[in-house]
Amino acid sequence: MATLCGRGAAPPPPRPLQAPPPRPAPPSAAGAGAGGQDTMFARGLKRKCADSEEDGEGALAAFRAAPSYSLQRQSLLDMSLVKLQLCHMLVEPNLCRSVLIANTVRQIQEEMTQDGTWRVMAPQTAGQAPLDRLVSTEILCRSAREVEPPGPGSGDGHALDLVSELSTAPSAQAPRSPQSSVWEVDSPRESRGGFPKSLDQIFETLENKGPGSVEELFSDVDSPYYNLDTVLTGMVGSAKSSHGDALEALASAAAPPPSSSCKDLGELDHVVEILVET
Amino acid sequence: MLLSLPALHLQTSEYHPLFQLPHGRLGPWCSPTGSPAPLSCETGCGEGSWILVCRLLVPTQVSLLSMEEDIDTRKINNSFLRDHSYATEADIISTVEFNHTGELLATGDKGGRVVIFQREQESKNQVHRRGEYNVYSTFQSHEPEFDYLKSLEIEEKINKIRWLPQQNAAYFLLSTNDKTVKLWKVSERDKRPEGYNLKDEEGRLRDPATITTLRVPVLRPMDLMVEATPRRVFANAHTYHINSISVNSDYETYMSADDLRINLWNFEITNQSFNIVDIKPANMEELTEVITAAEFHPHHCNTFVYSSSKGTIRLCDMRASALCDRHTKFFEEPEDPSNRSFFSEIISSISDVKFSHSGRYIMTRDYLTVKVWDLNMENRPIETYQVHDYLRSKLCSLYENDCIFDKFECVWNGSDSVIMTGSYNNFFRMFDRNTKRDVTLEASRENSKPRAILKPRKVCVGGKRRKDEISVDSLDFSKKILHTAWHPSENIIAVAATNNLYIFQDKVN
Repeated sequence: MATLCGRGAAPPPPRPLQAPPPRPAPPSAAGAGAGGQDTMFARGLKRKCADSEEDGEGALAAFRAAPSYSLQRQSLLDMSLVKLQLCHMLVEPNLCRSVLIANTVRQIQEEMTQDGTWRVMAPQTAGQAPLDRLVSTEILCRSAREVEPPGPGSGDGHALDLVSELSTAPSAQAPRSPQSSVWEVDSPRESRGGFPKSLDQIFETLENKGPGSVEELFSDVDSPYYNLDTVLTGMVGSAKSSHGDALEALASAAAPPPSSSCKDLGELDHVVEILVET
Repeated sequence: MLLSLPALHLQTSEYHPLFQLPHGRLGPWCSPTGSPAPLSCETGCGEGSWILVCRLLVPTQVSLLSMEEDIDTRKINNSFLRDHSYATEADIISTVEFNHTGELLATGDKGGRVVIFQREQESKNQVHRRGEYNVYSTFQSHEPEFDYLKSLEIEEKINKIRWLPQQNAAYFLLSTNDKTVKLWKVSERDKRPEGYNLKDEEGRLRDPATITTLRVPVLRPMDLMVEATPRRVFANAHTYHINSISVNSDYETYMSADDLRINLWNFEITNQSFNIVDIKPANMEELTEVITAAEFHPHHCNTFVYSSSKGTIRLCDMRASALCDRHTKFFEEPEDPSNRSFFSEIISSISDVKFSHSGRYIMTRDYLTVKVWDLNMENRPIETYQVHDYLRSKLCSLYENDCIFDKFECVWNGSDSVIMTGSYNNFFRMFDRNTKRDVTLEASRENSKPRAILKPRKVCVGGKRRKDEISVDSLDFSKKILHTAWHPSENIIAVAATNNLYIFQDKVN
């Protein structure tokens, strides 16, 4: 990995950031983890993709169950999710890049669904229909960044489809400060306060996953990322409080069940669990 | 066949403070021909026929110096400029464009500045100096802004510059950052009025009581001054980041394209624009494709093309409807199933689209290839050129370090016979469409003396590495050539490598 990025020098910053603070360079951290299997990854991916096209269904299933391929695919998925989360900068994120990464995630997700390795958790609290829909781009980008308080009492939509739930939310909803999306730059405000909390939950979930590149993927990201976020925005506290206010306002508005905030976090947990193999 | 010439490090006084050109040129000069010559690269003997004309560097720390600045300041600045490694991010060149005659060359950088170079005029005494480009004008086009509504910064980086054809003594160009397009007028002033009645020579008001006679002010010659003034500001029309601007062949309108929309402007009207393409889905969740580049047809003012992140090109006719959401032609190459991977879509994303000068072809650049399409054939390109196919096995690493999202540009030469595009390690590639030969050249300080002939480079993909070859793993991916330009009628090219601008010329024997 180091050789790819230069002649023995430190790997260059992946993208030039507007903010002066040093980037934690998660892709390098990811590279540290996945670097060992770099050539194997690329080669393995390509080879197995090509081979799997030719194999029959039975062989296909067996082939794809080979640990190296699924591990590599998982690693790519994790890397892509990290990239999506970290597109949150002082400058508006590059929409083209975000779309391409999200499409890649969707592609992996589709394949994993076909393989049956995409385990879907039926939500316990809401009693909604089983999740057979693919995760939308919106959720992929927002799930790690924000807890979207869904409309209280809205039984519409799936647990994952938080956006549609938002659209059916009652108008009494608090100012939609936490609402933001990678795409929806029209929305008035961008919140960064949800980042550490949601990322934290992702880390917890991923830690249970198992050994391998994933831990290394995130190990270096964790602490520097918090610092970056705090330094960059200085709004972590205020954004969090506004976020909390939104939740409280929701809890008080339209007499929702008192466990609404727990439900929110529980749903995020489900989202996260669904996104990664547990 | 390396021409022996003075080295780069000359005496201080021989350097122009701004752009490191030695004043006195020695050595044989190759004057360009009037018509573009076909590319004659001798790949067999390992020597090419492109020579370095000059390398230009305009750091931000040096204040703009007029031609009459004193020698002392010049010396100080020269010693400072000697340290080439001192380059801030604001100096990174983000766009390069020749004007329609090739006399002017404009560059935009990340700091929002535009620097215009002018070709040196041929003179009787120094015939050999023609072909060099000197700084003509520098101005700050865009400033960083802050969008208070979204709490986001708006970069001042110049994304594109497009010249307008010259219609009077002044030059006009469009420059754009992510959100705002500006029309700049660059004009010369070489006379000034003298002999005012109410003001004295220093400009101070005179006591009316002392004025006893009237005189008519006369215009006297003065030192040439080039001034740039913003004539129009086209703002607040784009929610997303502008990636392209294109002047229409009617010279009255132009279009600006962002990730999801394309707007049509009239040069005279700044508070209105027409939206002619809108691919924003009603539900942003369903967004899977964005616009990556757009350009007007060079002759038909009703026709334009735009490319997408899915590797498709759409040609639209504005006469068909006001909102050109339905394309007239749709160019897409069927996917090669043997090359399919998770990165297939990303590397198929088109980063640049350019009409040929004839208007018959379009050229597109995706991550690994350059393709030439005939407007009359939509189902596949007529030519495909591999730029750096050795990267195909490295896609995962390039995805990791984000290099896979680099947007390379591509250019035609004046006669549409040669196409050029950039790569990594400061390499750039040229493809001769007629002879089907290609060459890889490098724009670097270490390897190029002025007037030296560029040596073709080669990347070794595996196995034994020959002496002058470079292996894929040794490539420097931080040195990327994204922006290049080709003179409209001659074989002169401008190549932007980070904060350096290289100008090369075809050596004609």
